[in-house]
Amino acid sequence: MLLTGAEIVVRCLAEEKVEYVFGYPGGAVLYLYDELFKQDKVRHVLVRHEQAALHAADAYSRSTERVGVALVTSGPGVTNAVTGIATAYMDSIPMVIITGQVPTAAIGQDAFQECDTVGITRPCVKHNFLVKDVKDIAPTIKKAFFIAKTGRPGPVLVDIPKDITMAKAEFDYPKSVTMRSYNPITKGHQGQIKKAVQLLLEAKRPMIYAGGGVVLSDASDKLAKLVRTLGAPCTNTLMGLGAYPATDKQFVGMLGMHGNYEANMAMQYCDVLIAVGARFDDRVIGNPADFARVARKIIHIDIDPSSISKRVKVDVPIVGNLPDVLDDILRLLEASGDRPDKESLAEWWKQIEEWRSRDCLKYKHSDEVIKPQFVVEKLWEITKGDAFVTSDVGQHQMWAAQYYKFDKPRRWLNSGGLGTMGVGIPYGIGVQLAHPGSPVAVITGEGSVQMNIQELSTCKQYRIPLKICSLNNRYLGMVRQWQEFIHGNRYSESYMDSLPDFAKLAEAYGHVGLRVEKPGDVEGALREAFKRKNDLVFIDFQVDPTENVYPMVMGGKGLTDMILSAEDL
Amino acid sequence: MRHVISVLIENEAGALSRVSGLFSARGYNIESLTVAPTEDGSLSRMTIISTGSDDIIEQITKQLNKLIEVVKVVDLSEAAHIERELMLIKVRATGKDREELKRVADIFRGRIIDVTDSTYVIELTGNTAKIESFVGAIDSSLILETVRTGVAGIGRGDRILRL
Ligand SMILES: Cc1cc2nc3c(=O)[nH]c(=O)nc-3n(C[C@H](O)[C@H](O)[C@H](O)COP(=O)(O)OP(=O)(O)OC[C@H]3O[C@@H](n4cnc5c(N)ncnc54)[C@H](O)[C@@H]3O)c2cc1C
Ligand SMILES: Cc1ncc(C[n+]2csc(CCOP(=O)(O)OP(=O)(O)O)c2C)c(N)n1
Ligand SMILES: [Mg+2]
Repeated sequence: MLLTGAEIVVRCLAEEKVEYVFGYPGGAVLYLYDELFKQDKVRHVLVRHEQAALHAADAYSRSTERVGVALVTSGPGVTNAVTGIATAYMDSIPMVIITGQVPTAAIGQDAFQECDTVGITRPCVKHNFLVKDVKDIAPTIKKAFFIAKTGRPGPVLVDIPKDITMAKAEFDYPKSVTMRSYNPITKGHQGQIKKAVQLLLEAKRPMIYAGGGVVLSDASDKLAKLVRTLGAPCTNTLMGLGAYPATDKQFVGMLGMHGNYEANMAMQYCDVLIAVGARFDDRVIGNPADFARVARKIIHIDIDPSSISKRVKVDVPIVGNLPDVLDDILRLLEASGDRPDKESLAEWWKQIEEWRSRDCLKYKHSDEVIKPQFVVEKLWEITKGDAFVTSDVGQHQMWAAQYYKFDKPRRWLNSGGLGTMGVGIPYGIGVQLAHPGSPVAVITGEGSVQMNIQELSTCKQYRIPLKICSLNNRYLGMVRQWQEFIHGNRYSESYMDSLPDFAKLAEAYGHVGLRVEKPGDVEGALREAFKRKNDLVFIDFQVDPTENVYPMVMGGKGLTDMILSAEDL
Repeated sequence: MRHVISVLIENEAGALSRVSGLFSARGYNIESLTVAPTEDGSLSRMTIISTGSDDIIEQITKQLNKLIEVVKVVDLSEAAHIERELMLIKVRATGKDREELKRVADIFRGRIIDVTDSTYVIELTGNTAKIESFVGAIDSSLILETVRTGVAGIGRGDRILRL
């Protein structure tokens, strides 16, 4: 039977067991929307801005092991979506984005709502396609899903001209994909793996540095086994939080620019470092020359060869899929029965405990003004550390990362690589739909939240009961902090004047709004919010506007050159 | 260091812009890039001349390999290989210069492929050094126009780049 291109697209999505498509309609995708209307397998979520569709699909993917799907129209639909695509790309999130395009004959004519979608998105997708024949739709979508989720994951875009959605073809969804030009490696090199195990066993001061790759490949259990078998300390990157349980003794906290003292020190002074799905980002190792100052052996496991030896030279590169490689390592450790030297380990832990005793995350409590850190601590307590937490970008993001102790992977959603303000609420939408009934908190700032505030309307429509905790410091706080530290307190354009009454704003959208000004009211407000299981509650916490994020490694400085508190300034 | 990187890539619309976009986006140096279909029409072969430290060249090869449409990447300059490019050069050829230009072209095994009262077009193939020394050997005031294809490279002997 012949189906239209539009029918084929929707059938493909159903074949991929896509539960939700996040999108926004327009001229070039009218036939697609018509087909969505006629069926009930694939549900559509109508956002209020295309950027949010991308973020919500991205969050759906981050919080599950599935591929997020977004659908937008040509021209402005695509350009609005670009920030969302780039955000997912930088954090290696598997997504498929379907975009409408002007009819084939109009391409290149500066047609109404035409843009060069493939060209505009090329640098921020794993791959993209322009479909020029209705017969190619099914194989292309199959490939798109395959490419998005295999190897180093990433967003894949499929651009479909309007006439192709109207043309007809036989529908036959391919069972499998073979591409001679794309064969991601899974198994690691056995010789290298042996070397790695040897190094780990000989280590006196081993250190495990785990990143987003562990979360992306669902390898947390295997990581935990490795950490316990070796008895070594483990740190997570911002993207890796939850990969190893934060409340475990062997966890030394996040590392990097705003990492824990003990994590950064251990990273610098270990003698064998194993990087597991982490990419030695500039926010993580500080000045690379300073990092290289200390001799240590580095083992690096990553599925993407280009992540290895990019910023830091490594001794044992292992290209492969984490679960497979970790299995091999664990098997060799098991078989050998050897373990790192107990005495050296005990020495190492003594040193780490000494670093840990600096208690780098302590802050001055106040009865007068709400400390932002306190809000996050309370949130953690009240949700028993078991909520899904999304955040925006800024100081509040760092406090969320430092004070909410994530014990499970895929619970923490934030934009690490691109650092996109405005992801908070749309991420909340994607997570809540993927996990109905689970508590979802959005930690945001009064700056970031206004970048996609219109999504409160989407939340109303789909009854998404987010608990939005805005740490309102009346500043673009992260910018202000840099201006305080580096630019002589010249707070150029970092003050947020003329703020709306957020509680009333939330109410105007049909939600519950609270404004909290006193530390004594923080806990009550949070409890109230989580008691209202079916309501979205927006809590506008008026927090200390002068608070800064510590520890901090300033740009260009070595990883151990940390400012621990205002006294160090 | 100068490197000669050969790439086998799916012969599809847009493949070239993925490669050139990669170089510009990541700030890699590109001296020349040539591309044309191979004997298998579904594959194109590129030769890219780039300079950079070993680390950068390593990243370039890895990043090229990461492109979904790239089938194979080889750094030809790692071993014995041959490079050739083609130049067409139009020169003013009048009076006694006509003889002299023909003589120099012969020395370089160039061929005169177009002749008018006042001009020659000379065709010359060779590696970059040869092309450049030819250009250096003729009076620069006589050169009207040059066009070069950029380098095509191939490994010597048993080094074969194919599927
Ligand atoms: C305001 C701000 C401050 C920040 N401060 C910090 C900070 O203090 N500390 C910090 O850590 N970050 C910080 N970041 C985040 C930072 O910019 C990076 O996004 C982050 O450090 C990268 O994390 P990652 O190394 O885990 O890599 P990711 O971006 O998560 O990359 C994952 C890696 O795993 C690999 N991988 C994926 N799948 C697999 C698989 N199946 N098998 C093997 N490997 C796989 C990928 O190839 C990739 O190399 C900050 C960001 C912002 C916006
Ligand atoms: C889209 C976007 N624009 C600009 C920035 C730069 N930036 C990073 S943090 C920040 C301030 C965020 O302010 P707010 O949301 O109030 O959070 P706070 O730091 O005050 O907690 C800005 C402007 C960014 N990350 N994203
Ligand atoms: Mg703020």
